[in-house]
Amino acid sequence: MSTKIYLPCDSGAVSVGADQVADAIILEAEKRNMDMELIRNGSRGMFWLEPLMEVETGRGRMGFGPVCASEVGEILDLLVKTDPETVKHEKALGLVEEIEYLKRQQRVTFSRVGIIDPLDIRDYMEHGGFKGLKKSMALGPEKTCEEVLASGLRGRGGAGFPAGIKWKTVAGQPTGQKYVCCNADEGDSGTFADRMLMEGDPFCLLEGMIIAAIATGASRGFIYVRSEYPAAIRTLKKAIRILEKNNWLGKNIAGSNHEFDIEVRRGAGSYVCGEESAMLESLEGKRGQVRSRPPIPAISGLFGKPTLVNNVLTLASVPVIMAKGAKAYETLGSDKSHGTQAFQLAGNIKRGGLVELAFGVSLRELVENFGGGTRTGKKFRCAQLGGPLGAYVDAKMLDVAMEYETLAQRGAMLGHGGITVFDEDVDMAEMARFAFEFCAIESCGKCTPCRIGSVRGKESIERLLTGKDKEKTLELIEDLCTTLEEGSLCAMGGLTPLPVRSAIRLFPEDFGLQNRTIPHETNP
Amino acid sequence: MNGFRVQYEPMEKKDSNADLAKIICRKYLNDAAALIEILHDVQEHFGFLPRDMLPEIAGHLNITRAEAGGVAGFYEDFRTRPPARMHLKICRGEACQSMGANGLIKLVERLKRELEGEISFEEVFCLGNCALAPAIMEGERLTGRVDESFLETRIRRSTGQGPVNGQDTGGEGK
Ligand SMILES: Cc1cc2nc3c(=O)[nH]c(=O)nc-3n(C[C@H](O)[C@H](O)[C@H](O)COP(=O)(O)O)c2cc1C
Ligand code: SF4
Ligand code: FES
Repeated sequence: MSTKIYLPCDSGAVSVGADQVADAIILEAEKRNMDMELIRNGSRGMFWLEPLMEVETGRGRMGFGPVCASEVGEILDLLVKTDPETVKHEKALGLVEEIEYLKRQQRVTFSRVGIIDPLDIRDYMEHGGFKGLKKSMALGPEKTCEEVLASGLRGRGGAGFPAGIKWKTVAGQPTGQKYVCCNADEGDSGTFADRMLMEGDPFCLLEGMIIAAIATGASRGFIYVRSEYPAAIRTLKKAIRILEKNNWLGKNIAGSNHEFDIEVRRGAGSYVCGEESAMLESLEGKRGQVRSRPPIPAISGLFGKPTLVNNVLTLASVPVIMAKGAKAYETLGSDKSHGTQAFQLAGNIKRGGLVELAFGVSLRELVENFGGGTRTGKKFRCAQLGGPLGAYVDAKMLDVAMEYETLAQRGAMLGHGGITVFDEDVDMAEMARFAFEFCAIESCGKCTPCRIGSVRGKESIERLLTGKDKEKTLELIEDLCTTLEEGSLCAMGGLTPLPVRSAIRLFPEDFGLQNRTIPHETNP
Repeated sequence: MNGFRVQYEPMEKKDSNADLAKIICRKYLNDAAALIEILHDVQEHFGFLPRDMLPEIAGHLNITRAEAGGVAGFYEDFRTRPPARMHLKICRGEACQSMGANGLIKLVERLKRELEGEISFEEVFCLGNCALAPAIMEGERLTGRVDESFLETRIRRSTGQGPVNGQDTGGEGK
C-alpha cells in the first residue's frame, strides 16, 4: 500500500510555501521510487507550523513542520530508511493529534478540516458527512427548525442572534420563492475561520445550506464570498459541481422531492457588504448600501422574498448538530452561549491559528497557553476582540470568559471570534485614528454621522496629538462617538466608538492624556 | 431573474469590446443581478474596466449607464485605469499592522517613486491570513510573513531589477 502524505492546500499554508513543498514531495518521491500518494488537505489551523507535512502511519499521522522545499528530500530519506514513527528530524513533531494545541481543542464544526481531502466526497462521507442531512430529512422541516433552536446555536457572523428563531421565521412565511444566503464576506480583520472551512471542508457548508433550504422551504441559495478569497471560491464551485453530480443538489435531492441549487457570487472589496442587507443589495447587482429595517430579510430579503441569511460557521455547525442531536451541542459552553466557538488567534502572536473550544474559556488561556504570548517576544499590551469594530482590552482583562454576555457586560464583543494581539510597541492613538479612518473608507454613505463624522473623528485624533486644545478636542471626540452610536443605521458607524473609546480609556498616555479617563463612557 | 445555469462561450482576442460585453453578459443570461460578476469578468480580461464597456454592459442588462457606473464606482475592486506591471495588495488590517504592515507600505511607496510606473499598489483591510501577518497579495497569489527585505527583493525581481533565482516561499527567509 502506498504511503499517504498530507500537505495543506489552504491559502494560509500556500502563502508560506506549501505549493513548493508539494512539488518537492512529488519530485523527491519519484527520485526515490517511493510509492506515495499526496493528499492536499485543509489546514489544521496551526499556522506557525505551516507548511505542515503529515505522513500516515499505523499509529496515526506523524507531522513535520514548518517544512521548506529543500528539507523534503532528507525527510523522505528518513521515512524510507526507518520506521516513520521513530524518525528523528529537527522538524519532526510526532503524532499530530497529540500536539497540545490540537489535543486540547474541542473540534466540532471543524472536526474534518485538515483531516480529509476537501473535495473527496467519499472521504467526507466516511467522516460523518451527510448524516445530519439524512437525519433532518427523516425529521422533516418543522422538527429540524426545532432542533436548531434547541441546540442554542447563535449566529457566528457577529450579532449572535439565535439561528433557530431566524429559521422558523423564514419557514413560517407563505410558500413561494425563498432564498438561503450564506454570508461568506468575512471582512473582519483577525478572522480567517470561514476561509479555512470553505477551503478545508466545503461539503460541510453546502450540507448545512441544504438542511437550511429544506427546513425553510427555499429552492435557491447563494454564497457571497469576498473576492479576496479566490481559492475558497474555486473550491466551493468545484464542490457544488460534485454535489450536483451526486444528486445532493438540484432536483429531487437524494431521491426526495426537494429542489435546491447553490450559486457562488463574488464580493468586490467592500467591508460593509458583510452587513446582511448590504450583502443582499450586492447580490441584486447594486451598490452595497445598508437597507433600513423593517422589513427584516427573513420576511423580505433578496428580491423582496423571504431570505435566510447566515454566516458560514452558523450553517456549517448545523450538520453536526443534526447528526449528534441538539442536546449534545447545547450542553457545550455556558449559560447563554452554547456550543463551540472557532477562536482565531491573530496578529502579534507566537502560535497563531484556529482554536475551537466551548464558550467560556478565558482570554488568558487563549492568548497565553494556546498562543504562547507575542511573536516578537515583547510584552503583551492589548488585544482587539471581534474585528475592526471590536473593543481593545488590556492585560487586566485577560481573565474574562469568552462568551457573548460576559463580554458585552465588560464593554467588549466576541464578533466573529477574532483575537488580534499587539505587543508593547503599538501606538494606540494610531489605532484609534485608524478605526475612524477605516469607518470613513468603508462607510456605505447612507448616514451622515458615519460618512462625515468618521472623517472628523480621524482629524480630531490627529489634532489631539498636536497637544493643542486637548480638553475641547477630547470632548468633540466624545460627542462624535455618541452621535455615531445614536445616528447610525448599522454597526459600521454604531460600533466604531468601541475601539476608539477603549483605546483612549485604557491607554490615555498614548494620546498625551496622562492619568485621565474619558468623561462619560456609555456602556454599550 | 430567469434561468440559473451559467453558459460558457469562448472569448477570443479578435472579439471587439462590444462583442466581449455581449458574450460576458450572455454568460449570465443578461441578468442585471449578476452585474458585479460581469464587472469582475471584464476586469479579469483587461486588468481594468475600459470606459467603453460600461454602456455596452448596461445595454445588455437593460439598466441605465448611470446605474452601471454607480455600481462600478462603489466597489474598491474595480479600476478604471490599467494597473502597473506589478500590482500589489498590501494588507493594512489590525493584525497586519501589529506585525509591521505600515513599514511595508512606506517601503512600497518609496519603491513606487523609484521605479516609476513599474508598480502600483492598493491598501486592503484583511486578506484572511492574519495568523501569518503581515500579508500581501499579487493577483491571486497570497504571501504571508512578509518582511521588508523580502518584499524589496521580490519587487525588484518582478520588475526586472534583480537576479531571478529560485522560488520565494514567503517572507520567512527560507
Ligand atoms: C459592517 C458589518 C459587517 C459585517 N460583516 C459580516 C461578515 O463579514 N460576515 C458575516 O457573517 N456577518 C457579517 N456581519 C453581520 C451580518 O449583518 C449578519 O448579522 C450575519 O450575516 C447574520 O448571520 P448569522 O446570524 O449566522 O451570524 C456584518 C455586520 C456589519 C454591521
Ligand atoms: S452606519 Fe455607515 S455603513 Fe452603516 S448604514 Fe450608516 S453609513 Fe452605511
Ligand atoms: S489583517 Fe491582514 S490578513 Fe487579516
